[in-house]
Amino acid sequence: MQDLTIHAETIHQEKKQLIIIGNGMVGHHCVEQLIERGATQHYQIHVFGDERHRAYDRVHLSEYFSGKDADALALGEANLHDTHGVSLHLGVRISGIDRDRREILTSEGRLPYDSLIIATGSYPFVPPIPGPEVSEHPQARLVYRTLDDLDAIREHASTARRGVVIGGGLLGLEAANALKSLGLEAHVVEFAPRLMPVQLDDQGGAALRERIEALGVGVHTGCATEEIIATSDNDYAYRMHFKGGEHLDTDLVLFSAGIRPQDQLARDCGLEIGERGGIVIDETCRTSDPEIFAIGECALWNGQIFGLVAPGYTMARTVASCLTDVCVPFSGADMSTKLKLLGVDVGSIGDAFGTTEGAKSYRWIDEAGSGYRRLVVSGDGTKALGAVLVGDNSYYDTLLQYVQNGIDLPKDPAVLILPQSEGGAPTLGADALPDTAMVCSCHNVTKGAICQAVDEGCADIAALKIETKASTGCGGCAALLKQVFEHELESRGIEVDKSLCEHFHYTRQELYAMVRVEGIHSFDELLEKHGHGLGCDICKPTIGSILATCWNQPIMDPQNVALQDTNDTFMANMQKNGTYSVMPRVAGGEITPDKLVALGQVAKKYDLYTKITGGQRIDLFGAELHELPDIWEELIKAGFETGHAYGKSLRTVKSCVGNTWCRYGVQDSVAMALELEHRYKGLRTPHKVKMGVSGCTRECAEAQGKDIGVIATEAGWNLYVCGNGGMRPRHAELFATDIDSDTLIRYVDRFLMFYVRTADKLQRTSVWRESLEGGLDFLKEVIIDDSLGLGDELERQMHHVVETYECEWANALKDPEKLKRFRTFVNDKCGDPDIVNVTERDQPRPARANEIDSLAVEIR
Amino acid sequence: MSPATAVENTARVLCSVHDLVDYSGVVVLHDGRQIALFYLPHGRDRHSAPEVFGIDNHDPFSNANVIGRGIIGDKGGELVVASPLYKQHFRLDDGVCLEDNDIRLATYDVRLEGECVVIA
Repeated sequence: MQDLTIHAETIHQEKKQLIIIGNGMVGHHCVEQLIERGATQHYQIHVFGDERHRAYDRVHLSEYFSGKDADALALGEANLHDTHGVSLHLGVRISGIDRDRREILTSEGRLPYDSLIIATGSYPFVPPIPGPEVSEHPQARLVYRTLDDLDAIREHASTARRGVVIGGGLLGLEAANALKSLGLEAHVVEFAPRLMPVQLDDQGGAALRERIEALGVGVHTGCATEEIIATSDNDYAYRMHFKGGEHLDTDLVLFSAGIRPQDQLARDCGLEIGERGGIVIDETCRTSDPEIFAIGECALWNGQIFGLVAPGYTMARTVASCLTDVCVPFSGADMSTKLKLLGVDVGSIGDAFGTTEGAKSYRWIDEAGSGYRRLVVSGDGTKALGAVLVGDNSYYDTLLQYVQNGIDLPKDPAVLILPQSEGGAPTLGADALPDTAMVCSCHNVTKGAICQAVDEGCADIAALKIETKASTGCGGCAALLKQVFEHELESRGIEVDKSLCEHFHYTRQELYAMVRVEGIHSFDELLEKHGHGLGCDICKPTIGSILATCWNQPIMDPQNVALQDTNDTFMANMQKNGTYSVMPRVAGGEITPDKLVALGQVAKKYDLYTKITGGQRIDLFGAELHELPDIWEELIKAGFETGHAYGKSLRTVKSCVGNTWCRYGVQDSVAMALELEHRYKGLRTPHKVKMGVSGCTRECAEAQGKDIGVIATEAGWNLYVCGNGGMRPRHAELFATDIDSDTLIRYVDRFLMFYVRTADKLQRTSVWRESLEGGLDFLKEVIIDDSLGLGDELERQMHHVVETYECEWANALKDPEKLKRFRTFVNDKCGDPDIVNVTERDQPRPARANEIDSLAVEIR
Repeated sequence: MSPATAVENTARVLCSVHDLVDYSGVVVLHDGRQIALFYLPHGRDRHSAPEVFGIDNHDPFSNANVIGRGIIGDKGGELVVASPLYKQHFRLDDGVCLEDNDIRLATYDVRLEGECVVIA
């Protein structure tokens, strides 16, 4: 980035240059789409953003004031560009486009392009209302669009009591929410006679107004602001005068009165511009220059600017397809929206105002609860055309399907918006949806695509999400996805049986609840009360794990011993020849020289193969069953304890050296890793759990590939959850930022116990997370906001486990009865004569079949 | 091992009943053969006389001697042991592998006589 001109000359000449101006949501989506379609093979891609932040979620901007920082709002993965060789230039403003030479001009030089995509978005429209000088009174002209704007709002809000938003549309209400989050008394001033005039009709606007006023936000509709004056003899800094003589005092004024396309670059280089702004594009998103595309809010298609993100995404996909494959034309976009504004559900679908000729409406008005629903139908009453919802969006999905797919309405269409006595909003049977019905609009997944995935073997929701990406965007379609999925299974005659096995007709989650609620302490008791037969290798270990989590009894106790897989039974990991590997705990990967020597001595004495594991421990291989107690006797004497490498439980907490040694470290990552490992060691979980702690953002401990990842920040810790390495890598997701150590422990306590409680058998946190309806937001609500009121209980349960921890090997060594099991033969002291080792690279390893044959020949 | 003398001629003692583990397995070495012994202290219906089963300890799928360390249970009404390595199921009654009926482990006629586990 330092030297663009030179860089431009040294790039791979065989690749074409593709430049994207704009790194907002749409520009970013375009990059993702290009990468997904393999465009980086043919194009060297440069992305320019004039903001200093990487692309972030503008739709949820107000969350910046309720806990999310720039990182949490950021879109996609931080290393997306590096990974795919896309050059990202942040904080660089483009000063011009030279269409003749096919170059862009930046403050740092010129850069040639073969194709150019303009995704510059829009800017907030500030109406020319007379008022004090902006330079001296910035707080009287604030706008709401970028993170920098939000920083400015925050700065001025710190000394303010009241804030006014000019504009009562979608963004204006979001802005009012932001002011409210900052602790200000918020007011909304709207020129039109109602709130959200573009999406809502009069009654809808009125219902929304009542709900918002009930939240303490002042609403002033039909108000044209004529002047803003600075006052010095008043409690507030400014007075706004409205047409008609009324006024409103305030400390700051925020403009959110609509957007204007950011088309200056296009104007300057002579591209065709619409009468009221916007870069004119055709159905391939090409501008009047065929090598230049425009997408998102800066683009004008068919005389229309699309001020929502979904149409912008559709344009991004169109361009990506044009540049890589066969162009999928842009043919307009549905402007239906489903929103939660200041906590109030608002929905608007299709022809919400009933402007279609002959259209009729059904309306349901709840004056007591400020609820409103309107269904617009065709003149003959057979098709739905549009809808308005205020107060309850649970009706949205079904109505949207009726409108989008032209499904025949029921005889009395009113039932679709009437309150239901039970069972919530009416749902449209999945069978009524045509194959073309859009289920997930974020990722463009139709019902047909879901059916195909089911045909190809997706057997659960998690697999379906991975295969189709459905419901992995906003997550709004989760319920519909589940419905379609279950219907498809049913129609194929597949019964969705969630039974654990033939002995228990319950899920793992249900059995967990039974054990806890009924205080069941043994497998026999559970089998007696709720099961059949003798049990099997599925239910026994699962229930053994549940019992261990709930009551933390030693797994070697007589009532538990027959439940365990061989690894748990003998507290070691069985290898392919029937011998075991032994792995003592080396918490956080920190080990003293003395202990290191002790490990070496034990390995030498018992002729064990040694290897350093990926989890920063040392594994000793090749121990026979009867050798295990002797080996552990010595290890415990040397100060080791069991490492639970054999259990479905916490394995290791990997760490870097942190600020103790590393010049980049900002926190003591080793100490945190030790605290976590010692706290959660021994906790039995549905599947193994791995953690990592990094001392700085360089992330040397690879914490983002772990179930629990902790990364140090200047201010504390960032917590990541549900990552995975291995067969199906999954990046952990940022869960909480800049939290202190106590908060971190509290969240992890709750998180792990919630996982234990709700996961299926042998389900890693990553898969569990994919299967959670409501996704990460739901998880945050449960863990951080304690929305289910479970927090204390989960913490208590974890404390019990922590307090009753005991090294299982130390426990077993004290009890001769338990040691009796560690005999290769109960009637002979010899080892297994079939175990044959050979030496390779100075260490023993099991002989291969052909080696055993030749050894046998030699012996004969 | 005094009760053993009474049956010494017709059967041979493998081990004591106290060497067995409830609802689980141990292994004995007998004439160079490894026999896994599984013990149901209350029979296959959990409510009758104790039963003991003898089955070859060698797992043909992994070629390792590990069957005695598998979990036992029932599948579709048949008593089975699951190999701890690759989880195939073998019937305790006749050694037949449920996943591949062509494979069958040797079974041994073992029973309890007093405090002893004996082989016919």
